[in-house]
Amino acid sequence: METDLEADLKELRQVFNSGKTKESSWRISQLHGLLHLLEDRENDISMALKQDLGKHHVEAYRDEIGTVVKSVNYALKNLKQWMAGKKASLPLAAFPSKAELLHEPLGVVLIISSWNFPIGLSLEPMIGAIAAGNAIVLKPSELAPSCSSFLAETIRDYLDNSAVKVIEGGSAIGERLLEHKFDKIFFTGSTRVGRSVMSAAAQHLTPVTLELGGKCPAVVDFFSTSRDADMATKRIVWGKFGACAGQACIGIDYVLIEKKYASNLVELLKKYITQCYGDGPTGSHSMSKIINKKHFSRLKSLIDEPRVKSSIVHGGLLDEESLFIWPTILVDPPLDAAIMMEEIFGPLLPVITLERIEDSIEFIRARPKPLALYAFTKDEHFQKGLISETSSGSIMFNDVILQYAVDTLPFGGVGESGFGRYHGKYSFENFSHEKVVVMRSFLIDFWFRYPPWDDKKLQLIKSGLRFDYLGVVLIALGLKSKA
Amino acid sequence: MASEDVKNSPAATVVFDTVAANSLVKELRSTVIAGKTKSYEWRASQLKSLLKMVEDRDKEICDALFSDLSKPETEAFIHEMALMKASCKLALKKLKDWMKPEKVKTTLGTFPSSAEIVPEPLGVVLIISAWNYPFLLSVDPVIGAIAAGNAVVLKPSEIAPAMSSLLAKLFGEYLDNSAIKVVEGAVPETSALLEQKWDKIFYTGNGRVGRVIMAAAAKHLTPVVLELGGKCPVLVDSDIDLTVTAKRIISGKWGCNNGQTCVAPDYIITTKNYAPVLIDSIKHHLVKFYGEDALNSLDLSRVVSSNHFARLTKLLDDDRVSGKIIHGGQTDKSSLKIAPTIVLDAPEDSLIMNEEIFGPLLPIITVNKIEDGINFINSRPNPLAAYLFTNKQQLKEEFVSNVSAGGVLINDISLHLMVNTLPFGGVGDSGMGAYHGKFSFDAFSHKKAVLHRSFFGDAPARYPPYTPGKLRLLKALLDGSILGIIRALFGWS
Repeated sequence: METDLEADLKELRQVFNSGKTKESSWRISQLHGLLHLLEDRENDISMALKQDLGKHHVEAYRDEIGTVVKSVNYALKNLKQWMAGKKASLPLAAFPSKAELLHEPLGVVLIISSWNFPIGLSLEPMIGAIAAGNAIVLKPSELAPSCSSFLAETIRDYLDNSAVKVIEGGSAIGERLLEHKFDKIFFTGSTRVGRSVMSAAAQHLTPVTLELGGKCPAVVDFFSTSRDADMATKRIVWGKFGACAGQACIGIDYVLIEKKYASNLVELLKKYITQCYGDGPTGSHSMSKIINKKHFSRLKSLIDEPRVKSSIVHGGLLDEESLFIWPTILVDPPLDAAIMMEEIFGPLLPVITLERIEDSIEFIRARPKPLALYAFTKDEHFQKGLISETSSGSIMFNDVILQYAVDTLPFGGVGESGFGRYHGKYSFENFSHEKVVVMRSFLIDFWFRYPPWDDKKLQLIKSGLRFDYLGVVLIALGLKSKA
Repeated sequence: MASEDVKNSPAATVVFDTVAANSLVKELRSTVIAGKTKSYEWRASQLKSLLKMVEDRDKEICDALFSDLSKPETEAFIHEMALMKASCKLALKKLKDWMKPEKVKTTLGTFPSSAEIVPEPLGVVLIISAWNYPFLLSVDPVIGAIAAGNAVVLKPSEIAPAMSSLLAKLFGEYLDNSAIKVVEGAVPETSALLEQKWDKIFYTGNGRVGRVIMAAAAKHLTPVVLELGGKCPVLVDSDIDLTVTAKRIISGKWGCNNGQTCVAPDYIITTKNYAPVLIDSIKHHLVKFYGEDALNSLDLSRVVSSNHFARLTKLLDDDRVSGKIIHGGQTDKSSLKIAPTIVLDAPEDSLIMNEEIFGPLLPIITVNKIEDGINFINSRPNPLAAYLFTNKQQLKEEFVSNVSAGGVLINDISLHLMVNTLPFGGVGDSGMGAYHGKFSFDAFSHKKAVLHRSFFGDAPARYPPYTPGKLRLLKALLDGSILGIIRALFGWS
């Protein structure tokens, strides 16, 4: 096994050095390969997701197949423009010369993806890595084994195996991979593992992107019409339970609302949960299950705490055999309980009440910066306050999660939710080095550039750097002595 | 960490340990939380003060540079103060623009919506600078950090002690001490700083320390910019303007802190045939610039310290190298001076051909044909800059597309770092991240994506229970095709 890994990495390095992956024709063919993979094998992908996560086919399509198809098409459409150099303007003092910025591939890159959107979060970064012309190692999460083997088997069939490889395994393989030098590491996952990935990367001076998580709050202002209230509530339900049963980095973690509107919201939440996911304790077909026993127990212990248990107002039912947890609403669990200190990553929704909704700004600022912040409000002043007074990877008003699908917006965290960004052209840039190229001519060499130094030369240079060309001429002609 | 000896900061009566570092960061964090550093007015006022500082105190700055490096006044001026002023003026001029949100188009799939990207400060940042351009490399990143609205701790290099204490003094006088601080010291103080949680760390220096810094940053998930170095090669063709080439190489090598510059030409590659011609011209112009006794020329910086002096003389100690010296080679330990020295065809496995030289020694490697030079360069770690002198268009194109470096320059040396419309940074072993001009502002900002949606126009297709009809609509929405959406809505697909 040892030699296999090393042999694979060696081949990738050789293939990259040969220049093959740099060609635009290669990049385009690989992107088309991805498209075909997604179109031909849509059903297989769905099945793998159903097996690993109990994901419904529609959710699978929407979150992991459809969005990736969209991103591949966007990359294909824009690739030529991204690959073209960008001219940079130069000051006259640098005349005659011209400069441009060229994007070049970094080399052999490592993509480590997570288990909650195991297909989407593997392929989306891969689009950027391919578009930028790199050779790639993908290490999918072993916690989603059907998807991992699906990727290992299928990518080999649709993409260039000499330059794009899938290496399966758990933390042991991950550690071994990290011992080697990559030209970039793109990691999606938990902060704990993010730290060790970055530490390992530091030994090789490898730049990293860390897409982590956090507790993404949803601030809910009051609604003037019941129509608005309904729509917001449906979106909250969707943003919590509809994205992999709450196991999503940009899913809603908890809600903040003014005390006097809380019970209304809870009633509406109950109504829509029932509407979307049915009533009985048997698993709903429309909601994913919890990934494994370990996370199931973790979530169970979050609500087992007596002070937390007593705050449950809906749900709270769990079925260990099917790894299913019913959509659960809690009102004001203690703020120092684990459920309010750790990222929940499951279908438990705390509703935290405040005296005034403006207090939500302080509440959020007192906590680590989340990957996303949601606010349901039409109050422009409040919106402006949220934008300027809080920090998060992204902020979205009156809806949830959709920012993930907007190719023109950078997707990434800040502070503990990570650093680096991707999607659209940001994916391309993430896996590129922006190289500066400056061309000078031999014509016109300023004699005062060179030693031996004297005061006259110094004055000329001072004028030149101030772009005071008249000054330069006068000093050179001896008609002026100081710049 | 217990208090340690104050050998490195004799004037200080308080030792800077982890506890001190921790309370320093706390203080800066409360300044940031209070919102002080965010306003345009604050940022502009600090930048204006920095300009005033360099204008009022230029003599002291020059003197400190002379004390630390024997830097000639002209170099001090062009390479440190003028560049810093230009950077500061640009930031002042463009600050409002840079702070403005960027409107962004959205797609049909999320209609109706509007989006923008809003720059915000990262928070409290740590800047660790180097000794070779101790003024510029300290203040330039600080300019970026301030422009982006952050609180800053600057740790200048202890190897340039005069500048370090001058910066501590000047920042104390000219800048807002509740938000911008200088911490002087060496390894113990830097370690204490590195144990804290920063929102960004910006480091200029070498790869060995770069690794330590990134590993420390990893514990807190702190993003870093590492401006490192490397062996910057100069490939010299025969089809050139020889005089101009020789002069530019000399001024880029010895005219920039006597070779102690991250983008200085480290070594030259040229053809066996052309080497004698090139060497003659370089020797000739070396004498014109620095006289016959270059060792004592006042127009050359000295080697910064006895450690570096020992390091450099060791490179020449190798018998296989000392026998290849064809110019210079004189050294004076007492004044820490080494004359401009050229070595011809040192063995590939010698130290001088494997470590970044960072001094006034210039190896020249000869190859059979000029294209071999490109392979030679590519078989080594990515440098911060790579240079080519030629008139041949095809050679230029080949060099640009095949040589990976932070920056590539044709027919000149180092200019790109003086142009603040160009990002300055490395790749691979020469570093990660970039700065200068707007890139500095970006390096110290978080670009927050903001998406506004309305309550109008909700697609029931989004919500469970899921049906095939909803799936069709979703596909169409993601596809962005209006026709597809209409068909799906009417059940025609």
